[in-house]
Amino acid sequence: MSYLARRLLTFPLVMLGVSILVFFAIRMVPGDAITAMLGTEAGLLTPAQRAALAAYFGIDKPILVQYWSWLLGVLQGDLGISVIHGKPALAIILERFPLTLQLALMSMCVALLVGLPAGVFAATRNEKMSDLAVRIFAMIGQSTPNFVVGLLIIYALSAGFGILPTMGEFTPLFTDPLRNLGQMILPAITLGFAFAASVTRISRSAMLDVLSDDYVRTARSKGVPKRSVIWRHALPNALIPVVTLSGVEFGYLLGGAVLVEQIYALPGLGRLVLEAILQRDYALVQGCVLFIAFNFLVVNLLVDLLYVTLDPRIRLGEGN
Amino acid sequence: MGRHLSTKLLSGLALAVAIGATAIASPASAASLKMAWKQDATGLDPHKQTAFSSIRLLELIYEPLVRFDKDLQIVPAVAASWEFTPDAKQLTFKLNPNAKFQDGKPVTAADVKASFERVLDEKTAAAARANYLSIASIETPDDKTVVFKLSQPDVPLLAAMASINAAIVPAAEIAAGTIGTKALGSGPFKLDKWEPNSKETLSANKDWAGGKVAVDGIDISVLPDETAILAALRTKQVDFALINDPLVATLVPKEPSLQLNRMPVLAYHVLQLNASRKPMDNLAVRQAISCAVDRQDVLDTASVGEGKVTGPLTMPGYTSDASTLFCYKKDIAKAKKLMADAGFASGFSATVIAANGEPATAAAEAQVLQSQLAEIGVKLNIKMMELNVYVDTWLKGDFDMAVALNGGRADPYPMYNRYWTKTGNLQKVANYIDDTLDSLMQKGRVETDPAKRKAIFADFEKHLVEVSPWVWLYTSYSYTAQQKNVQGFVPTPEGSLFGLSKVTLK
Repeated sequence: MSYLARRLLTFPLVMLGVSILVFFAIRMVPGDAITAMLGTEAGLLTPAQRAALAAYFGIDKPILVQYWSWLLGVLQGDLGISVIHGKPALAIILERFPLTLQLALMSMCVALLVGLPAGVFAATRNEKMSDLAVRIFAMIGQSTPNFVVGLLIIYALSAGFGILPTMGEFTPLFTDPLRNLGQMILPAITLGFAFAASVTRISRSAMLDVLSDDYVRTARSKGVPKRSVIWRHALPNALIPVVTLSGVEFGYLLGGAVLVEQIYALPGLGRLVLEAILQRDYALVQGCVLFIAFNFLVVNLLVDLLYVTLDPRIRLGEGN
Repeated sequence: MGRHLSTKLLSGLALAVAIGATAIASPASAASLKMAWKQDATGLDPHKQTAFSSIRLLELIYEPLVRFDKDLQIVPAVAASWEFTPDAKQLTFKLNPNAKFQDGKPVTAADVKASFERVLDEKTAAAARANYLSIASIETPDDKTVVFKLSQPDVPLLAAMASINAAIVPAAEIAAGTIGTKALGSGPFKLDKWEPNSKETLSANKDWAGGKVAVDGIDISVLPDETAILAALRTKQVDFALINDPLVATLVPKEPSLQLNRMPVLAYHVLQLNASRKPMDNLAVRQAISCAVDRQDVLDTASVGEGKVTGPLTMPGYTSDASTLFCYKKDIAKAKKLMADAGFASGFSATVIAANGEPATAAAEAQVLQSQLAEIGVKLNIKMMELNVYVDTWLKGDFDMAVALNGGRADPYPMYNRYWTKTGNLQKVANYIDDTLDSLMQKGRVETDPAKRKAIFADFEKHLVEVSPWVWLYTSYSYTAQQKNVQGFVPTPEGSLFGLSKVTLK
């Protein structure tokens, strides 16, 4: 059986595991949709009132019965109805996903466009002052939480220049590209900042490894220009760890960047799932987590396939 | 090459930022108010929603029979006038003849009757039902008159009706089962669009019986971070905003173009002791804790002094001079003696629960209390919880001590009957009751003479502070921040945004 087919066959199993985990985990957390809606006033409910609300929120039946009926729905493409939004969970998720996807792609672009050249540059200046400068910068980048970066950017722009990206609502890219980019570029930079730092560090060390390889020395001794050695001979081989890192990071980003979405008030998946958890909107939490898990699986598969393209020596699935 | 590429990159990024800067939101259309808040409504059913964030939205759309003004006096809403019989067993309302729902249909006595029957129906699951249980029957002698017959004298009922939880909704919508999915009230604004946790669009109700609404509408954005709300105000992206965090609020007046509205509220910050657990079951221990707490210090440290030390009664007309209450002046010597008398000279350990960010000062309050109580040997372990987990734990009464921000009412009875009566729904949370508290509450409920009521509740407060089941700390402010061109907003002690119906944009 081909590698791809085998990988695809594991998808349903992983998804089933995720569904069980999320379904029971969210119900184990104290508090339910009733206390989320009423707060401490929930204490004023009579037993009959509480039962009426439990039926309304669909949490009145035994938990296994709830799981079974939800699973049957999921198999038919129905992730359940969000009680807060009063709409199917899948519809809300698909509404929020374009923002999250765009943010993930843009911050990855920022990270790669800044991180890769910086890493390569540092590797070629190994142990010189400029290398040290890049490394210090990368260290700061990696250790600064993105909410700090975000708040600093917002403060500097609003207090210093009196400007701020549009907050609270999202303009899709194809509706108004200028407005969309104006809204997304700062969150992307905020999010890409730490990511760029990781890319810098990993591409620097991968590049250093490769640069000390025999074939690079051979190429150099044959008189190949330095620029060509670095960018054409060495870089493709140094890319593999960068791809691994980016794949994993991108998978996380597709789950939404909760803090950055909070600060810039972007209605993305991260905020959606956070709010769903806080309000105990079970159908929405479950739907979001399944969706995010699915994305993660797909991205990881794509990364594995990309290895083969980058390094033809890798033969997926033939190791044993 | 490397340098080349990074130069290009940098210029690309700079360009992108420049695009970002040009694509900044264009100013609002002159007559719509742009508003921001941190927390969005959680639902649209006025009878079921009790969260502060939901009420703030719903009171713009729906109206109760009566409402409170800025001095907490009861003023007309859907009702034009009202009258209690002398025995306080019958309450009659005359409705405003001009009151209309937003679909143009008049508000009738039948709508009022249907609305209250819906609240009283257990299947509706209205948490506020407990406040209206004295209603025995509702009569509608004509289209504009409603008579509530009560099973027992209930003076606080009128104040309880001044709540969005007793909003008048169309009888036809109740019958159709669309309350909660569609928002159709008689209030100053119509809800055109709601995207939960993101934004809502309201337009002015031209037929509103309360007068002309000066703005065309309100566009509300949910901005979950209050620092970002301040930034949005600073850049004029937002005209008006709700602020919860006193630290953020104190930054508003530093911006020359902004104005901060500050209003003392009825809600109170409190350290709840669980008197059903040892050693808090011991009166002397509870009193010792009360004497060891420096309330002003808690207020100054946790809330940058934004508030006022309070006793249990926080409503105007009932508040007393806090300094006259038992041990409202920190007295460590007395506290230590009380601890020694109770057999706890060397102190004890206890856990205090608090909710993350609810209120914004919760963690800081717990920390100040921890250091204050350490002076009498009480070692507090602080347990911070997510709000919903906290609520669940709190409702079960499953704590030694709890830092809480509890809601207040304009009348002491509906505010405290849930805790300090023998049949109170939240006795399990209060965990303390005695005959004095219970009988004073019952007396206050039926007394119609304002001066006598005030005296009854003053006794109630004095006794409650002495037996110290809880340590009342302070009341804070509700804050709204606005551009200076927004004029005419009147805040109320309930934190209501109803004043937006009279706001103009200059």
